[in-house]
Amino acid sequence: MRYDQATWTREDGDENAGSYEPLLAEKRSTEVTVDESPLPDDLTRESVELPDPSEPELARHYTRLSQMNYGVESGPFPLGSCTMKYNPKFTEDVAALPGAGTHPARSAASTQGTLELRHHLQTYLARIGGMDSVTLQPPAGAAGEFTGILVAKAYHEEHGNSRSEIIVPESAHGTNFASAALAGYDVVSLPSAEDGRVDVDALEAAVSDDTAALMLTNPNTLGLFERDIDEIAEIVHGAGGLLYYDGANLNALLGRVRPGDMGFDVMHYNVHKTFATPHGGGGPGAGPVGVVEEFAPYLPSPQIEERDGEYERVEPEHTIGKVHGFAGNWLVLLKTYAYIARLGDSGLTDTSAKAVLNANYLASQIEYEIPFSPFHHEFVASADRDAADVAKRMLDYGVHPPTTKWPEIVDEALMTEPTEAETKAALDQLARAFNNAADDDDEALETAPERTAAGRIDQADAARNPRLSWQTLDD
Amino acid sequence: MSDTGRGSPFAPHTDAETAAMLDAIGVESQEELFDIPEDVRFDGEFGIAPRSEREIRHEIQLHLDRDDDLTAFLGRGHYDHYVPSMVDHLADRSEFLSSYTQYQPEIAQGFLQALFEYQSMLVELTGLEIANCSMYDGASALGEAATLALRARSVDGTRVLIPELLADGRRAVLENYLAGTDATIERYPMADGNADREALADALDDDCAMVYAENPTVRGTIEEGLSEIGELADEHGALFCLGTDGVALSLLEKPASVGADVVVGDAALGLGASGGLGLGLFATHEDFLRQVPGRLVGVGEDSDENRAYTLTLQTREQHIRRERATSNICTNQAWVALRAAMHAAWLGADGLVGLAEDCVTNARDLADRLDDVDGVEAPAHDRHHFREFTVRTDRPAAEMREELEDEGFAVHAIDDQLLQFCVTETNAGQIEDLAAAVEVVA
Repeated sequence: MRYDQATWTREDGDENAGSYEPLLAEKRSTEVTVDESPLPDDLTRESVELPDPSEPELARHYTRLSQMNYGVESGPFPLGSCTMKYNPKFTEDVAALPGAGTHPARSAASTQGTLELRHHLQTYLARIGGMDSVTLQPPAGAAGEFTGILVAKAYHEEHGNSRSEIIVPESAHGTNFASAALAGYDVVSLPSAEDGRVDVDALEAAVSDDTAALMLTNPNTLGLFERDIDEIAEIVHGAGGLLYYDGANLNALLGRVRPGDMGFDVMHYNVHKTFATPHGGGGPGAGPVGVVEEFAPYLPSPQIEERDGEYERVEPEHTIGKVHGFAGNWLVLLKTYAYIARLGDSGLTDTSAKAVLNANYLASQIEYEIPFSPFHHEFVASADRDAADVAKRMLDYGVHPPTTKWPEIVDEALMTEPTEAETKAALDQLARAFNNAADDDDEALETAPERTAAGRIDQADAARNPRLSWQTLDD
Repeated sequence: MSDTGRGSPFAPHTDAETAAMLDAIGVESQEELFDIPEDVRFDGEFGIAPRSEREIRHEIQLHLDRDDDLTAFLGRGHYDHYVPSMVDHLADRSEFLSSYTQYQPEIAQGFLQALFEYQSMLVELTGLEIANCSMYDGASALGEAATLALRARSVDGTRVLIPELLADGRRAVLENYLAGTDATIERYPMADGNADREALADALDDDCAMVYAENPTVRGTIEEGLSEIGELADEHGALFCLGTDGVALSLLEKPASVGADVVVGDAALGLGASGGLGLGLFATHEDFLRQVPGRLVGVGEDSDENRAYTLTLQTREQHIRRERATSNICTNQAWVALRAAMHAAWLGADGLVGLAEDCVTNARDLADRLDDVDGVEAPAHDRHHFREFTVRTDRPAAEMREELEDEGFAVHAIDDQLLQFCVTETNAGQIEDLAAAVEVVA
């Protein structure tokens, strides 16, 4: 197996090796003096200096950069908890249709078609999650968490409760803790039971009159279904708290169980994870939030509602206000709609079947201990040596490695989520990458990767000496 | 399994492969792999019919066709600038579009370099030393700036001062970002569209954590006393946060030169009208480096001692610091930042400054033209304007807005007798048509 994603390789002894593609500023830069502007001088800056390459040069620059970047179409991308599945091309074309992106301040009367699409998507998501109302406003999953926790907060305040704590399992996504803290809550971290699931006794001990909500993902980050979910819901609800569903792992459950059916009150959907919108190297995403009926009056404003065939923007009675300056990441949501429509019931149900099948098949083909099972769409293997080294070595075998060293409940974790989009052949390739790395000696691992556009990068050094713009570079 | 027997077109398994995989796992069926108690299982249907690509494209087109075909003169934070074709074609390369956050920098050098270039351009435009690789939008960037002010050790106080005139979205999002703190948000008055600096001076005390001002303001006026605002904030130990956009930055006073500590805003580059999808700018002084929200790309070295790029200072972030992180942001707007960098590089300094100058002259031309119309006064504020301006109307503005829609134009009605118009190169060709329509409804 060769790593052939980068189309040119490092060459020792070449003084330019390393700058595989010069910075734009190193190509051509122009400084323009602002002296003949239509404004008085005291209202303008003196000058601006920016790169100024021609379009052909730019095309080559960005093409080269893209060749030094690994995407879902470059090869397997089993990054656990990130659900890096194939992004269908037609959804891009749909989002690029003329008129797909209008100004968000356009009136409801003049954008009935767009509002109807938004309303359809709200309805689709509500059905998929077993929720009653959905807001499309949060621009990412973490923003969805924040929205959901603000809804819980507003609900408690409306009912005269000042609750101060959010309970989060130790193995949860970092955003859960951060979103709860941003909303002003103290975070109570809940240790896992020995079987990797929520420790029900510990939960019982943790809940109190101060419990605003429990944030939970199911299956959890080990891929395990929280089988005690009924009891968990009873404990949390019994204490007067809300049950919040982190939708990060929804790809495992489509059509088999819905958060609403499990007793969850509020949830967010990660549209790039479950509904195949491209992750864009970091975003944009979208994090719609669903709620059961009781919490609908607290959703962000405006909600899209249908009355007698007309679509209106409505302010919910006890709205938390806004979580995005405009109407959220609409074009991403439009891709979500197109994907859901393409799959329909049967495709969505099959998605989870194949996601779980792929994770289990891959797990059966690798020579690593997997301490917790039965897992679903993802599993966490133990590298039994430095997981980061294993990951770097896997780069040499032509694949993107799993998420490493997390969750911490597994020693030297390799958190692996192949998604439904991989063929058996691709999974076999992945398994070989895992197994080859396991067989390699320590030196091979520590010096990896050797077949990538850059060698191992010293991240600690980069952090000690932060150089965050080309203005800071002397060379 | 699906009851129709039809699966996902994006799950590529043949029946034989599925059978072989089940066999290797040692189970009889896919359903056996689900460890879900019976009592919570969903046995209903979503009621969503699968459709073909062609059908969906047609369906969505029909919906979009139901939107009225209006020429929008809308702004207030979301701007429709022309984006060159090159940006779509190159940003859509799947190695960019379908990649993840750069947790494995050795195979993400391309995107990291592009984000580093984006940060560098924002550093040049703002004059501040640090720019992150994106926030969701200007509103969340403002919220993050305020939480930074409250966290920063060098800043005391709990009051956050914002202009009386501010986009509703920005104010509302800021309120939510501060909902978990003991900070209070207070509005300071405006004078003829700009900050009332005397009133601001009166409002300021040592309990202020941040003063927020915009240039251009939400009504498009160009602020004239930024240095004074910066000095006032500084005297009271408050952060000076300046809201702006990527185009205005190239022409208006450099934020660092007026004492801005944080710059936020919507980029206005890389994407045109997009239903609200955008890019939040965030730049600040290096004093606040460890308090910066979101992702930062830095330069380091690889094992061959060559320059290499990597996400850096990640100990600020939620995946490591959890509830003590500087922000909860994870997924951001990286791909839009890539587009904005492409757009800015395509324009070059000359093109970007020229675009900004057009924002001044186009707005001036439209205002001059409208001022000739009986029943309206344009601009309503005796200020210089950037891209947009308000118009005082004799008739109720809401009615005029509706009637202008019937004439084919979307504009803002922002008060009983105030309309707002925004002009860019994408609608400048319709200035005469708009003026004629205003004549009809005025």
